[in-house]
Amino acid sequence: MDQAKPRILIAKPGLDGHDRGAKVVARALRDAGMEVIYTGLRQTPEMVVEAALQEDADAIGLSILSGAHMPLVQRIVDLLAANQMTDVPLFLGGIIPNEDVPVLKEWGVTGIFGPGASMDEIIAFIWDAVGGAPAGDVA
Amino acid sequence: MNDLLEQVRQGQIRAIARLITRVENSPAAAEQAIQALYPHTGKAHVVGVTGSPGAGKSTVVNALVKTLRQQDVRVGIIAVDPTSPFTGGALLGDRVRMRDLSGDPGVYIRSMASRGSLGGLARATASVIKILDAAGFDYVLVETVGAGQAEVDIANAAHTTIVIEAPGMGDEIQSIKAGILEIADILVVNKADRPGADRTVRSLKMMLHLGPVGGTRQSGRISSPPTASQNGAAWNIPVLETVATEEKGMAALAEALGQHMAHLRQSGDWVKREKERSWREVEMLLQERFMAQFQASVPPELRDSLLTAVAERKVDPYTAVHQLLEKSESKRKG
Ligand SMILES: Nc1nc2c(ncn2[C@@H]2O[C@H](COP(=O)(O)OP(=O)(O)OP(=O)(O)O)[C@@H](O)[C@H]2O)c(=O)[nH]1
Ligand SMILES: [Mg+2]
Repeated sequence: MDQAKPRILIAKPGLDGHDRGAKVVARALRDAGMEVIYTGLRQTPEMVVEAALQEDADAIGLSILSGAHMPLVQRIVDLLAANQMTDVPLFLGGIIPNEDVPVLKEWGVTGIFGPGASMDEIIAFIWDAVGGAPAGDVA
Repeated sequence: MNDLLEQVRQGQIRAIARLITRVENSPAAAEQAIQALYPHTGKAHVVGVTGSPGAGKSTVVNALVKTLRQQDVRVGIIAVDPTSPFTGGALLGDRVRMRDLSGDPGVYIRSMASRGSLGGLARATASVIKILDAAGFDYVLVETVGAGQAEVDIANAAHTTIVIEAPGMGDEIQSIKAGILEIADILVVNKADRPGADRTVRSLKMMLHLGPVGGTRQSGRISSPPTASQNGAAWNIPVLETVATEEKGMAALAEALGQHMAHLRQSGDWVKREKERSWREVEMLLQERFMAQFQASVPPELRDSLLTAVAERKVDPYTAVHQLLEKSESKRKG
């Protein structure tokens, strides 16, 4: 009877004004059988980490198109460390310049998805990050 | 588990969040947690917030909790959204409307997927209410799925049920069909900035007045006939207008909440409701337990062959039940 479902927080930190991409991902993850906590636009790093803590999120997905990903992610990573939450996988979607990628990985961002990434790729990454898809699932 | 429970009682957010996940995922964990925490529950005022999709439940919760927080009270919020019956996944979006509450250490928000339950709550919601109660929250607000149908489960789980309507979302017949008058302790017409709000208020008041309970909700609930409260005092269901997006009408709503609480205590309805709630909870657990025992005591092949026979119209469902029960009893005795 036990049923664990991955709880994925999808957040849109920063000031850029639309969240179409984040919503598309949120919906695709729901359709893959996950429980997606969607927090909406203009989240501060503090709000993202507080929500992840309260919701006991298994992974955090950030969508950042503003170009401000470096300071935002750095702050989120710091706050996760301050809350002993470094074990929560962090993934990032947006337009990320190549030179930033090694730094982000160094900070612990395990998945980085550019505009060309397929949804299947993102879903497979998350199942892997949270310990595997349920048996019989074709996601 | 014991350390975790102790941390929950101290109100540690991380422990609360973890325990809720465990209880959601495992009935065995729920049993263990509730057995330990139950003596520390019963203090929180549990408030249900229900109403049609998009009526403004989350926005009202956001504004109401801001008002409640002007006093020295801590508030836990459980926001239930539907699980997709097709994929088993869920998109939990109520937090979007509650962003004003972030950064407030006196507020805890938890999103919950309904996971196949149909009554507007999840199966584990009652346990999560108790966890927040034991963690010391003075109020526990529960936002239901909002299917637009009578979400009786919340009326059974909450001390006070707030039903939220919005103008132009349906006519009187729909409200009657949906059964909202039977479960509401407080009726809110939200989006009062929209045309038609006055009309909605008037028709709700009229229906309350004409209804079988005469604008008072009895603690006897839907299944039993209306009875007067112990001291004869009846609760007059208020109909309040709010504009949640502008935080208008929240002081009156908070006041009505306080008055209903006082009414429950003074009239003796509090004890009655607690007793009813307890019975429903025990009844549900009994059903689950009986069903599990029964299933364990009947060989799956027998069940299967009987079901095939019923499907093929060779055996009727009543006879099938007799045979299954006989088998189950002889198995348990033998
Ligand atoms: N004009 C107006 N819009 C409002 C008011 N309250 C809420 N809304 C808007 O109504 C929409 C739905 O509000 P929610 O609070 O998400 O409604 P809900 O009942 O929680 O919705 P579900 O959880 O999806 O069933 C949002 O766009 C709100 O901004 C109000 O008082 N006036
Ligand atoms: Mg809502």
